[in-house]
Amino acid sequence: MAEIRKLKAAKLMKKVMADHFYEIDAAVKAGNPKVAWCTSVGPAELLRAMGFVVYFPENHAAILGASRTATDYIPAANAIGYSPEICSYLTADVGAYLKGFTPLAKIYEGIDSIPKPDVLVYNTNQCRDVKDWFEWYARRWNVPCLGIESYVNVGAVTDTHVAGISGQFKKLAEDLTAITGNKLDMDKLAETVWLSRKCSDLWRDVLEMATRKPSPLTFFDGTIHMGPAVVMRGTQVAVDYYETLLKELQEWVDEGVAAVEGEKYRIYWEGMPIWGKLRENAQLFLRLKTAVVASTYCNSWIFSALDGDDPWDSMARAYTELFIVRDDDYKEDYFLKMKKLFDYDGIIFHDAKTCPNNSNCRYGLPQRLQGKAGIPFVTIDGDLNDLRCYSEEQAITKIEAFIEQLGERK
Amino acid sequence: MPAEFYAGIDVGSTTTKVAIVDAAGTLLAEAVDKSGFDFAGAAETVFSRALAVLDADRLQVKRVVSTGYGRRNVAFADEMRTEIFCHAAGAYHYFPEALTIIDIGGQDNKIIRVNAGGERENFAMNRKCAAGTGAFIEEIAYRLGIDLGSLNGLAEKSEDEVSIGSFCTVFSCTEILGLLRRGTKPEDIVKGVFRSVVKRVLEMDSITGKVVLTGGVVAYNPIIARMMAEMTEREVVVAPHPQVIGAYGAALTARNL
Repeated sequence: MAEIRKLKAAKLMKKVMADHFYEIDAAVKAGNPKVAWCTSVGPAELLRAMGFVVYFPENHAAILGASRTATDYIPAANAIGYSPEICSYLTADVGAYLKGFTPLAKIYEGIDSIPKPDVLVYNTNQCRDVKDWFEWYARRWNVPCLGIESYVNVGAVTDTHVAGISGQFKKLAEDLTAITGNKLDMDKLAETVWLSRKCSDLWRDVLEMATRKPSPLTFFDGTIHMGPAVVMRGTQVAVDYYETLLKELQEWVDEGVAAVEGEKYRIYWEGMPIWGKLRENAQLFLRLKTAVVASTYCNSWIFSALDGDDPWDSMARAYTELFIVRDDDYKEDYFLKMKKLFDYDGIIFHDAKTCPNNSNCRYGLPQRLQGKAGIPFVTIDGDLNDLRCYSEEQAITKIEAFIEQLGERK
Repeated sequence: MPAEFYAGIDVGSTTTKVAIVDAAGTLLAEAVDKSGFDFAGAAETVFSRALAVLDADRLQVKRVVSTGYGRRNVAFADEMRTEIFCHAAGAYHYFPEALTIIDIGGQDNKIIRVNAGGERENFAMNRKCAAGTGAFIEEIAYRLGIDLGSLNGLAEKSEDEVSIGSFCTVFSCTEILGLLRRGTKPEDIVKGVFRSVVKRVLEMDSITGKVVLTGGVVAYNPIIARMMAEMTEREVVVAPHPQVIGAYGAALTARNL
């Protein structure tokens, strides 16, 4: 059986991620600097420029999923009233907290628990669940919870949208100062925004390496290597990491190294990863000689609008241009643009039971794309973290049948 | 020179089927057994049984293609194909035109669309739920204490079919208990159960072209085909030997490799 090829940069990434968690742990233990929790597509640049160290619970929840412990803890959150049908990142994270468990303690010696925040900051650009999630901890620990309320179903991003969000950012900065005493350093904000932009550009270059044939990386590699872009954007460390990764991928391209040996088919993965089944799914596609070359999920950490010379408005624009908050017309066009860029043969829609906002197969979008551009698709039932919702045998059969179907057309 | 054969083995969630064809694709032998817990053993059993019908040696079988959930458990298979591929191949062999193939299986339902050239255009499978499948019918029969083989005949006697509202197998049983308590006749319930199966299938995907029904459930319950025709207002046919059509498609694939 073909083996999943490992990038050398993975070793460096492990160190970078370890440093990130140790930095937060040290801050908690010393009581300085203050710790802010942030949603994964939240205003990290602003928080860093205000001197906070930043922790991302979604990343923690994904680790719970990837380590296949999420399903052990989700029931504990269900038992206190959180429905099994809401975000399984939320229920896994809250459930693990209730049971006194964190995978961080297993991975990183000396870390005993998730870091208690001084403040929690969300952005609802992903969903309302992140706000509910943060508010649960805010009530539990009696710490303040603030956030940005984003627009949804956005077509074109207008100046009105930008002004609305930009105003909220400014107000957030004022409120954070009033609550925590941390002040905003505008030079630091400009620098952080530029670093974030650099990280974003490099991450985009990494992902676009998959436009090459054969592709040197897959969606499954992307879900692992996006770690620094999620938790360390706005830092030099993240920029350095992606320069290293990009260089290695360029070497692979130059040498013709394929992530999937004998690549026959190229697929777009739409929706969340199934964290607990990443390895199995990567191996399934390897066996099917299919490279999953692109995804909306990994692209979610590309913020091309960021501009250090215009931090407020550019942050507002960057955090409103996300795929997830856009209307269906935008989404249709997006898939067509990606088709041109990555030349994929078909789309796999992952209908994640507990993540409607990341499940774009529920309102006929796949059928419209097929009608408009003849793009073949298949939908699999699953979930990001709750493996009880994943129908593995059916998913395998559907994916295999889909690849057979593509084979008939080639 | 001894004759050469090709075999298809469909290890389904409920039953394991085998079909053996000759070079012309003629179905010469078939066998069906429960899949049970030993998929490899079930495959071996049905294969031996079909060979016995032909009075043939397994060396005469030139190639074997396995399909179905247990397709990886057939150690002597030369190739594997999904049941979606094989049902399409089997049905298209008999009806070489643009088709919608509906397979009602033990735990899965599938709607497969093939174009006039026999290429699959699309397919849909039921979600992670056995509503509207053979498992649903089996559960209802068990609850009512009616032999599976008698259900079709009972439904045919109904003069006042009831509507089953729930799409969950377990809740449907609860609903049926309520109907029984109110004195509803078993035949009216059973007909409602079949109607529920057809509704569940039709909500999976839109239907185009001629409809060909496959799978074990329609093999034993022809009332489903009539209901399907009535509800879709289309020509609905049951594939020849519907229960082994997946195995037959696998055998044809073995022949074509």
